[in-house]
Amino acid sequence: MLLLLQYTLIFASVLLLVALGGCFSEHSGVINLGLEGIMVIGALGGALMMRWLPAGTSALVVVLLTLLAAIVFGVVYSSLLAVACINFKADQTIVGTALNLLGTAGATVLVKAINTAANPNDHSATIQYIEQKKAFIHYFGSFEFNWFMVIAVVILVLAWVTLYKTKFGLRLMACGEHPQAAASVGISVFKMRWSGVLISGALGGLGGICYILAGVSQWQFEYGVAGFGFLALAVMIFGQWKPWRIGMAALLFGFFRALSNVYSGFDFLTALNIPGTVYNMLPYIVSLIVLALTSKKSRAPKAEGIPYDKGMR
Amino acid sequence: MKKFLKNNAVQSLIASLLCIILGLLIGYIVLLFINPDGAWDAILMVLKNFLKSSLAKTRTKLLGATLVRTAPLLMCGLSVLFAYKVGLFNIGAAGQYVAGVCASLYAALAWGWGWLPCILFAVVAGAALGAIVGFLKSYCNVNEVISGIMLNWIALYTTNMILMSQKQQASHYTLKLKGNADQAILPTLGLDKLLKNERASIAIPLAIILAIIVYVVLFRTRFGYELRATGNNRNAAKYAGMAEKRNIILTLVIAGGLAGIGGAMLYLTDIEQWSVTQTSVPGMGFNGIAATFLGGLNPIGTIFSSFFIQHITDGGAFVDTTYYCSQISDLISSIIIYLCGFVLFLKTAINRGIARSEEREALREKALAAQAAQTAKPENVSANEKGGEK
Repeated sequence: MLLLLQYTLIFASVLLLVALGGCFSEHSGVINLGLEGIMVIGALGGALMMRWLPAGTSALVVVLLTLLAAIVFGVVYSSLLAVACINFKADQTIVGTALNLLGTAGATVLVKAINTAANPNDHSATIQYIEQKKAFIHYFGSFEFNWFMVIAVVILVLAWVTLYKTKFGLRLMACGEHPQAAASVGISVFKMRWSGVLISGALGGLGGICYILAGVSQWQFEYGVAGFGFLALAVMIFGQWKPWRIGMAALLFGFFRALSNVYSGFDFLTALNIPGTVYNMLPYIVSLIVLALTSKKSRAPKAEGIPYDKGMR
Repeated sequence: MKKFLKNNAVQSLIASLLCIILGLLIGYIVLLFINPDGAWDAILMVLKNFLKSSLAKTRTKLLGATLVRTAPLLMCGLSVLFAYKVGLFNIGAAGQYVAGVCASLYAALAWGWGWLPCILFAVVAGAALGAIVGFLKSYCNVNEVISGIMLNWIALYTTNMILMSQKQQASHYTLKLKGNADQAILPTLGLDKLLKNERASIAIPLAIILAIIVYVVLFRTRFGYELRATGNNRNAAKYAGMAEKRNIILTLVIAGGLAGIGGAMLYLTDIEQWSVTQTSVPGMGFNGIAATFLGGLNPIGTIFSSFFIQHITDGGAFVDTTYYCSQISDLISSIIIYLCGFVLFLKTAINRGIARSEEREALREKALAAQAAQTAKPENVSANEKGGEK
């Protein structure tokens, strides 16, 4: 039971971080389908930092530097999306998809090269971080507490304050609703959209490192992040682009994802004798059903996905 | 020259070639950063693929191997393309492809069906998956990209579960068709002798024929016109009396069917077996996206671009592993997809450039005419003219 709670919370943290990232980007008017790739690259940044930090580094420094690396990698990578979609008015779906493919391929190539350089017989795309991972974790009895659970909640509050209580957030949302109107009162739509996408890059990167720190202590970069970026988009839609509701949605989806990790620990679930693959599918099936039920009356930002054209009315 | 540049097909070709060159260049730079020693050789190897061998016989054999995998890639590309022409991004092609694999292999191994019914069953499986996406899109307003991705994973896990019963005892791969279901292996029509590769089958010409059919349906029939009209403006199509919901579902059913055939086309050649412990969606469907956009969103162009994508993917396998891994070709093709996002911008820039120079020409002609009227200082005029041309 405790294990279920633990996994639910950690997966919900991942989904929450990434979904909030998507939320910022979409409120500024850019659909960020590249979140999956951004997660991979953020995870890569964090994992490399953990690998290269000397063994005796204090826990706080490890945590801070890893987070910083993940954020920086995520932001830099998301600028590829921003440049293409905002400045060059590229198709946001193509560019997002390209970023997803590029993220996995690039991370694999890079990690393999690093591994092979360190040891010529090592052709794997795996990074280990058993020791460094301990910095993120505290044990309360048998409950494995991960600092990301706190970070996610803090960011949720910050996101809500930023979006609804600051000038910046309100302007950002205006650019996603009616960019021409926003521009007419002197808001720079390009700047706002750039910041929306970069924030989503930072949060996506954080979500990525959080994802690979959940449960395992090494990561094979060939696998990417198994559709988590898209699950996060489903969470965002289910949460109707509003931070608090996204938080709730993340918990729900996190629960179903956690089930696939721990279902064997429940007697009544094992008694049902359902194959494990069904539990693996569960988050995706649930998200399809939830999307089918909620998308009809969804209140997406009006101008999302449409490149900003000054001359358009 | 300008007339030549104005042609849409020419523009697409230039854009695609630019994407390829830039993609290779960026890939080369990345390789230089990783390890400067073997970068040039690696890029050459990726580009050479079957040409690397000095023996003509091996070359043909390797070319055959690339063609065997080009056929399913082309089908995935056509699937993405067909949907894209109707304004839908069928990223679910990867899952529909997997569904095709599942249906064809299961029908072949468990029920002993022949190759043709197996292919048809694969079409049905892929189409069914596409229908779900289409239904969710038109009636529940679910973004087809997200539902497509979800279905990719669902299809992958379901396939693993279903094919579990058809796997070899000692490994996690499904049974070979040869010896277990010979009737389901695709006929070769002599292509195996021609390409000196036993896997070369009817799938290759079939894929090309289907590409031509897709072209004809999309651009030469009323049905295709309606679909494209729906893609351009859903509301306008509805207003003009087209059944836009039905069109969306139908499009994704057809797209799903095309990707489903792709799955059957690869696995019914017995070239590889499905691993039932696979935890990532095969890249074929995603490479199909690259093929579509690189092919300038044209079915005929997609034939060539899918060959190119498969060509560099296979070439990647020959790269010296002491320096790099085979995924560098994935890296290059994903860079190419990214660059394809800029094609629209490039085309607008070309057109704008042409329009501007035409305008300038018109102005100059006007000025010339005005100057011809004044006969004073004829030498200066010609000097000015030359300066203007530079």
